[in-house]
Amino acid sequence: MKPNEKLDIRYILKDLENYAPRRHGWTWRIPSPNFSAHGYVYSDLSEPLKNSVALPASKYFSGIDPQPIQVITTEIASGRFEDDIRRMRMAAWHGADHIMVIRTAGQSHFDSLIEGTPQGVGGVPISRKQVRAQRKALDLIEDEVGRPINYHSYVSGVAGPEIAVMFAEEGVNGAHQDPQYNVLYRNINMIRSFIDAAESKKIMSHAKILQIDGAHNANATAKEAWKVMPELLVQHGINCRFSEAAGMSNELIALSTVPPTASPAPDLKINLPYAVALRDFFNRYKMRAQMNTKYMESSTREATVTHVLNMMISKLTSADIQSTITPDEGRNVPWHMYNVEACDTAKQTLVGLDGLKDLVSVRTDGYMKDKVREIKERAVLFLEELLEKGGYFEAVEKGFFIDSGIYPERNGDGIIRKIHGGIGANTVYERDEDYFAPVPAHFGYNNVAQYGLKVTDNPAILIHGSTFEDRSKIQYIDELDNEDNVYVRMDQTEKYRQGNILKPEVEWMGDGTVVVDLTLPIDVRHAEAAAIEIGLKMNLKNVEVIHREVLHVSEATRIQIKGQFDMDIDISKLKLAKLPDTLSDEEIREFIKDHPIKIVAGTVGEDEHSVGLREIIDIKHGGIEKYGIMAEYLGTSVPTQKLVDAAIETNANAILMSTIISHDEIHYKNMKKVVDYAIEKGVRDKLIIIAGGTQVTPDIALEQGVDAGFGRGTKGKDVASFIVKKMREMKK
Amino acid sequence: MDKSNVRIDDFETRRQHLKDLSDEALKTYFWKLTDQSVEPLISLAKTHTSPSIERSVLLRMGFSSIEAKTIVDQTIEHHLMGKGAGHCVYKYSLLTKKSIRKAGLSLLRGEGWQDVMSSFGVEK
Repeated sequence: MKPNEKLDIRYILKDLENYAPRRHGWTWRIPSPNFSAHGYVYSDLSEPLKNSVALPASKYFSGIDPQPIQVITTEIASGRFEDDIRRMRMAAWHGADHIMVIRTAGQSHFDSLIEGTPQGVGGVPISRKQVRAQRKALDLIEDEVGRPINYHSYVSGVAGPEIAVMFAEEGVNGAHQDPQYNVLYRNINMIRSFIDAAESKKIMSHAKILQIDGAHNANATAKEAWKVMPELLVQHGINCRFSEAAGMSNELIALSTVPPTASPAPDLKINLPYAVALRDFFNRYKMRAQMNTKYMESSTREATVTHVLNMMISKLTSADIQSTITPDEGRNVPWHMYNVEACDTAKQTLVGLDGLKDLVSVRTDGYMKDKVREIKERAVLFLEELLEKGGYFEAVEKGFFIDSGIYPERNGDGIIRKIHGGIGANTVYERDEDYFAPVPAHFGYNNVAQYGLKVTDNPAILIHGSTFEDRSKIQYIDELDNEDNVYVRMDQTEKYRQGNILKPEVEWMGDGTVVVDLTLPIDVRHAEAAAIEIGLKMNLKNVEVIHREVLHVSEATRIQIKGQFDMDIDISKLKLAKLPDTLSDEEIREFIKDHPIKIVAGTVGEDEHSVGLREIIDIKHGGIEKYGIMAEYLGTSVPTQKLVDAAIETNANAILMSTIISHDEIHYKNMKKVVDYAIEKGVRDKLIIIAGGTQVTPDIALEQGVDAGFGRGTKGKDVASFIVKKMREMKK
Repeated sequence: MDKSNVRIDDFETRRQHLKDLSDEALKTYFWKLTDQSVEPLISLAKTHTSPSIERSVLLRMGFSSIEAKTIVDQTIEHHLMGKGAGHCVYKYSLLTKKSIRKAGLSLLRGEGWQDVMSSFGVEK
């Protein structure tokens, strides 16, 4: 696979029946102590990537892309796994190495494995074929970026052990497994859930699958999220110890922990003592720092700030895995660009907070000491009463969990489940004395002695090996449904996959979805109605308001609408902007040796920006000085006339005017002023006038009469090349 | 709302026996209580099985998910879950000298259950 070529999904789907995962188990990032780049020495980074997309500002830091030590999670599950694969590649290039696939609605209650590749709702139907295809794609992607990628989904519902077996066979690297999730949120019978869970955990341990628990859901479900803090410790504790009792090593157990509250609450004041209390009690286990989703609204900005604060806590305490939540999750099933944004937010924040613990320490006295202790004691009291009432099952039946009171306070609004109720009630069977299962990684009583085996033997020797020893025994099912499968879906969007026809996209090939961001000078009710009208007039289909923000109750409202742009763009008919036509360094130097060039430069108007122009000029940024061009830098907020006067005075060959502020087209107006004044002074023919700035569109700059306009991303070399070429032309 | 489940925050009263414990002792106590809570759950898991567990056994024995589901349904029908669905297949392969796969596919078709039941000493 080459970076400049698209991933061939049909290739991924080909020959899947013979694909075997190349490794099993979880992979952590490799630490790179004292990693240095661009003159900086970092404290907590991991090894860099072979291929990646760096943060936008990295161009000011010689393009470096430092990678945090934490594994970074992104959740990708749009319902069409074939399109998710492309998003996985995008996310990997932005630093994700833990790809989590959410299951389709209702899979928890599906009493078997799902086979084939049906389309999902709010997630993907997890099947062997889908898992195999995505793991195969990730093998290619991880080679491309140069870092192993962990693939993850869920071992829960009424088919947990079967899913665990399939994951073990297919090289899945991480999975959620927590029987409490089944009980509390999926209303699956608690007896069944715990019995199944022990088997699932044993299988996961066998395949070295990292387990993440489900406690974070309590936070997302409870009415007052932060009040479940004591209970969260209890839920984590039960799953951790139950897992170890089922044979799982503590090294494979990760807590899914969420900072329970979010600003406008005093975020750190509540979340930090909680994070410390948790890590004090659970220091033997891994921490997967999830982000707060409870208070997510449609503002992607607000969600991003919450997530940055969450990572502050990760850095002040600890996180082995940093999860990311796409900032659009409050308004839709995540879109491509928000997965990428979330990964970038994590990378930017974690790298920005590099070495935080060398700079500050969390206090262990006063408020922190008291609060940390209080949370722990409340958790202990919870467990005491749980045991007093007869145990875990009885406590659930009495509504102990997800109560909105901060325990021992109780508000009587907890989730109540009956011991003998729920889906899958009365479906467990006591094992007889001669119960037997001829397979490895089987939890609990197994009478192997009746067949002459010792307990330490692998019972599968009696059947000449199980699928865990001999994967040729795996029965691969391709498709069960002739209509609802990946090939049908891909055929429908084939023209967009061929590379000639293009449509905008947020999640699925050819979905056509676009977002329009509008500021309307009116109240929110009218703004919403107007926004829909605007969308329709723009010829968008299925227009919907996805975000509203009051700028002022009567002055203005910001509205974001989404809609479908239902037209195709023919790529072959596109008029592409010309690529800058640069000369070689030698060619430029050679010309300048014989024809010394002098320029005057400055930022014009009432504009104090200097960085861009200095980059174009300064030798240390690879600017035009390095070719021997003499530059007279006049500074910022230079009057337009002064620029021309200075050029005349110093007998310069060229003017470099920088103009960043673009409000009311002032940048173009200033270009025209410089040109007009040069004409007035009679020097226009002798003087090359060049304008540059982040908002400058070259063609529009030319219309103002300058010789060249340079926009965002221009390098000194582009400008030097132009001057040399122009001077050659003028000498003719 | 269940009134019996409503209680004001009596943390201060309840914590009296904890307040003098060291942080380390409190942590040890937390894990002791957790282990006590988990113990009956794990015992239950050791001595019981479920349709999903038995299907997972059959997957490991080389059956597809669809085959495993039918075999387990038949195992339940013949009241043999206490023996294990994988055990039934293994037993039938011993009785008939068929391969595991062939034995399982016979049971899937409803054949051989009487023999399996007899060999386990289970009445019809």
